[in-house]
Amino acid sequence: MRHLQLVIVLIAVALTSACVSMPPGQDYTAFRSADPHSIVVLLPLNKSTEVVAPYSVMAQLVAPIAESGFYVFPVAVVDQTFKNNGLTVANDIHAVPIQKLHEIFAADAALYLTIEQYGTSYVVISSDTVVSVSATLVDLRTGDVLWQGAASASSAETRGNNGGGLVGMLVEAALNQIIETVTDRGFDIAAITSNRLFSAESYNGLLHGPRSKKYGQPATSEKQK
Amino acid sequence: MRVLFVICSAVFFLSGCKTVEPTYYYGAYPEAIYSYFKADETSISQQIMILEQVIEQARGKGKPVAPGVHAHLGMLYFESGNAEQGTTHFEQEKALFPESAAYLDFLMNKTAGEKI
Repeated sequence: MRHLQLVIVLIAVALTSACVSMPPGQDYTAFRSADPHSIVVLLPLNKSTEVVAPYSVMAQLVAPIAESGFYVFPVAVVDQTFKNNGLTVANDIHAVPIQKLHEIFAADAALYLTIEQYGTSYVVISSDTVVSVSATLVDLRTGDVLWQGAASASSAETRGNNGGGLVGMLVEAALNQIIETVTDRGFDIAAITSNRLFSAESYNGLLHGPRSKKYGQPATSEKQK
Repeated sequence: MRVLFVICSAVFFLSGCKTVEPTYYYGAYPEAIYSYFKADETSISQQIMILEQVIEQARGKGKPVAPGVHAHLGMLYFESGNAEQGTTHFEQEKALFPESAAYLDFLMNKTAGEKI
């Protein structure tokens, strides 16, 4: 009897301590059969008013994609190549034919990104830095879409919610805005967004690539079915 | 009861989000990329020093450097007029990551020592 109780409690604890509630899992069929080894990242489209947003995101997405097991082309070198060929605007870069991209970079896939939201806004009660990005991975040999995703992160998730009434909250909001503007919190939050979006350890992230020890293993969402 | 609590805690921790030890060493590579893009007050020679340090630290930790570090450093050397070091680091990137070979060869053939 005691054992049964123990088992029930353990199951309950295990079930309730999972990371988040899960949306439907990605279909990885095309991704898996295309089996890309290398990914070139194109300058993101920017819907925010922050000029630095695309650069911040490009700098922060290298780690989660590389850790997932793919070769990430050096983002700054790639961007410089486009600039030297007269392509400075994301719209123009996204319009380059995939055959041309494949010819120059010999990359298996290209990542097309859009910054949906980036920056700090002072909204009376809370002042948060939010970074939201959506992404599409395209096979440069066939033009097929291999993977799509979107993720968001906010500084509000990490900041402590210390009480102190409305005045305290207003002061905290104003202070947070100062801190977040000065220390470029957006760059830090972009790292969290990128990790959520791309990491093969994230739900609906990339597959484990050929440079990963987990290459060939099911994606995180497929395991949790 | 105490035993139950301990077991529950253990299960809780084990079934939470696990962190994985990174494969590559990155150091300040993301910051270096960001500085380069922003063209902020960090000079090219300072950026070179930062990346040389990243490579040094990776060696110290016995970890491979992240993809792109040598290529990025090579570009900085080319920009500062040091084509020899630029070529050396492009070749290292190619050796570590053969996926980059065609692209870096394209750049080196095209520039042959000039700015990329």
